[in-house]
Amino acid sequence: MQKKLIIAAQALLLATTGFASAETLNWARAGDSLTLDPHAQNEGPTHALAHQIYEPLLLRDMTGEIVPGLATEWTPSPDNPNVWVFKLREGVTFHDGADFDSEDAEFSLNRAMTPNSAMKELLSSVKEVRASGAYTLEIETNGPNPLLPANLTNLFIIDKGWAEANNTVEVQNFEAGEATFASRNTNGTGPYELISRVPDNRTVLEGFDGYWGKAEFPLEVTKINYTPIKNPATRVAALLSGEVDFTQDVPVQDLARVDSDPNLKVIKAPQNRVIFFGINQGDADLTTDNIEGANPFADARVRKAMNMALNREAIQKIVMRGQSIPAGAVMPPFVNGWTEALDTIPENNIDTAKSLMEEAGYGDGFSVRLNCPNDRYINDEAICQATVGMMAQIGIEVQLESLPKAQHFPHIPDLETDFYMLGWGVPTYDSEYIFNFLVHSKQEEIGTWNGTRYSNPEIDEKIVSLASETDLEIRNATIAEIWAQVQEDVVYLPVHHQVLNWGMANKVETVVDPEDSPKFKYFKFN
Amino acid sequence: MISHILKRAFQSVLVLFVTGLVAFAMFRFVGDPVENMLGQERTEAEVERLREQLGLNDPFLVQYWDFISGALRGDMGVSFRQGRPALEIILERLPATLELALVSALLAMTFGILFGIFTAIRRKGVMTNFILTSSLVGVSLPTFLIGIFLIYVFSVELKVLPSFGRGDVIDLGWWDTGLLTWTGIQSLILPAITLGLYQMTLIMRLVRSEMSEVLRQDYIRFARARGLPEKAINFRHAVKNTLIPVITVAGLQIGSIIAFSIITETVFQWPGVGLLFIDSIQFVDIPVMASYLMLISVMFVGINFLVDMAYLAIDPRLRESKGH
Repeated sequence: MQKKLIIAAQALLLATTGFASAETLNWARAGDSLTLDPHAQNEGPTHALAHQIYEPLLLRDMTGEIVPGLATEWTPSPDNPNVWVFKLREGVTFHDGADFDSEDAEFSLNRAMTPNSAMKELLSSVKEVRASGAYTLEIETNGPNPLLPANLTNLFIIDKGWAEANNTVEVQNFEAGEATFASRNTNGTGPYELISRVPDNRTVLEGFDGYWGKAEFPLEVTKINYTPIKNPATRVAALLSGEVDFTQDVPVQDLARVDSDPNLKVIKAPQNRVIFFGINQGDADLTTDNIEGANPFADARVRKAMNMALNREAIQKIVMRGQSIPAGAVMPPFVNGWTEALDTIPENNIDTAKSLMEEAGYGDGFSVRLNCPNDRYINDEAICQATVGMMAQIGIEVQLESLPKAQHFPHIPDLETDFYMLGWGVPTYDSEYIFNFLVHSKQEEIGTWNGTRYSNPEIDEKIVSLASETDLEIRNATIAEIWAQVQEDVVYLPVHHQVLNWGMANKVETVVDPEDSPKFKYFKFN
Repeated sequence: MISHILKRAFQSVLVLFVTGLVAFAMFRFVGDPVENMLGQERTEAEVERLREQLGLNDPFLVQYWDFISGALRGDMGVSFRQGRPALEIILERLPATLELALVSALLAMTFGILFGIFTAIRRKGVMTNFILTSSLVGVSLPTFLIGIFLIYVFSVELKVLPSFGRGDVIDLGWWDTGLLTWTGIQSLILPAITLGLYQMTLIMRLVRSEMSEVLRQDYIRFARARGLPEKAINFRHAVKNTLIPVITVAGLQIGSIIAFSIITETVFQWPGVGLLFIDSIQFVDIPVMASYLMLISVMFVGINFLVDMAYLAIDPRLRESKGH
């Protein structure tokens, strides 16, 4: 009887909600897009939604490979090393029917360089964008920039005529609370059209009939219902109950539960984000330690001892329940410059670590404060708690201060912490990005997230040289040299690479995008 | 009489100002919104420019003054997180919360009064014991646990009710309602029970003790002596006299239902102002936090003021007390 009731109830639910249609994908993740204006915010969930509606000249596919988008080919100009030439795709139309050509591309990139744009840093090397033919675009940089294409993967193209007609040429001034036509409406060339949207609540997308890539991509998802679900337990419940087909953030403690459900599966891949500790090695004295007039972290032996005492395998096994990849360098595995040797974790040897502490004159240990976020990375606070115990093994008494991200992160660029946790993603997939923000001496425009006070003029010079080095072999050699020095000096204590866990109904076929940005045109149903 | 009203009105406004002041004094400890707004590629010059632009470098008294003077002109500031006017966002979210609160309050009142009367008339019995015991569970379990439990039973295992969201809503122009669609009503059931359970228990216990009290009064005994049927005594005479204090308490509880909806809304991803407030705290979205707190305090102060005025109208002793 009870079974009959349940079946009847299920039938009723299916009949009334209609979510069983094989072509609709119900998508949930923790956060929502912040704005529809594709140049107003540089942020993960915002770009993830924009990628369904708009397209860049070139993009990273679901495996992280750069593939053609609205540009079909791109090469450095044979006449001028500062110029990149892009051949644009012909026969592309926007959702409102207007044709795409080089004027739209020129207009969009110029728009992304205006003061209100959040994307302008990615184009800071650009001198001029020129539409040199109906389907040819030239981008001239200040000095050669071999990596320019990698910076364009999230720079979306909008229609010039549409923007002008709707008075939305200027990028939405997000901070001033401006709502513009482009922040509420869309007109892209992408595979999906926006049907309706209530921010923080529900966004509905439907396949675009005139999409240029109809023959090229599976496009089996024809309708997308996107709902942000903040509470992790509710998100998992919605997946278990079948109301949601696909979610990007399954909490580690629920992975087994989801995977064991016969209708669901979990797929994993390393994320483009490495978690590590920064240590203040540059100051003459620390403010949060108990040693007067000296900085114990300034001694490389202390840093090496800490690196040895940090038991990454235990963190992976116990804190992360296997859901992480222990790291030996502060660089995600697919970044240019990564080698297996660099990412090999140091041996966990307490005796050697203790004798290093002894040699450095800190055999009796010292105390220091560790600053940690508690709502930013997967199990961030628990990792820090485990670290407190590991540091105690070599005599370092750590006082843990865990704070919400809004309070934790300002400490790092403001140089108010001696020992802190930070995570880093590399959107350009190149080591230069890491060096620019984390290794170069901290200055106004460069080294902005280097809270270690590490400053090595020789390394700084090498980092700056990367930007204009066009010979890739020389460039890669310099990258290797910088990494060797960073590892030698133990600038950071790497912990692990986060793992993305995408939970979905069995019928959904996809791979995990390392940037956590699903592109639904690649999805299939089985 | 008029001076009394004026005095109460003045006190209400004072409470509002003080609430705002306390809120702004505390916002400094919530964190820095600028890092959230700019992303990891920002430069120091931008951080400084944005702090200056948002007025975050000003002392909190100045920030508070800016907010209050803006609010008096109807401008509650701009959300740091969504880049839209805070008031617009709150008004957009308010119908969801009010509908949820209203339905929970109705559920709580209906079942609270029914169960209360039932347990007062039948002081012993299996049913009474069952109601009283299970109501204890309702008061002692935290809201989020009840919510998760209901989701587990009705969404995950039985798959009869949705676990999140508001279903389909119909936009009436100035109000979007989920009460007119089938999915909207389905979505409302679990959150309304979760939110109303505590209030229901409270009302039930109140009705039960009031009613037991009334049933011992002389006029009930007289009614019995007159030979009135038991039904008429219980429902015509006793219940009426029970309900007066119950309605006062229930009216005040509506305010707290709206304020307490924060947790229920988070568990069920209910797109109301409570969920908005939680999102805003995590992002340090000061304009939205401030507007929400002001809205809630206006509501509480307003309800209290009306209750005071109602007492004044009902109770003649209060009216004549001005000579003292």
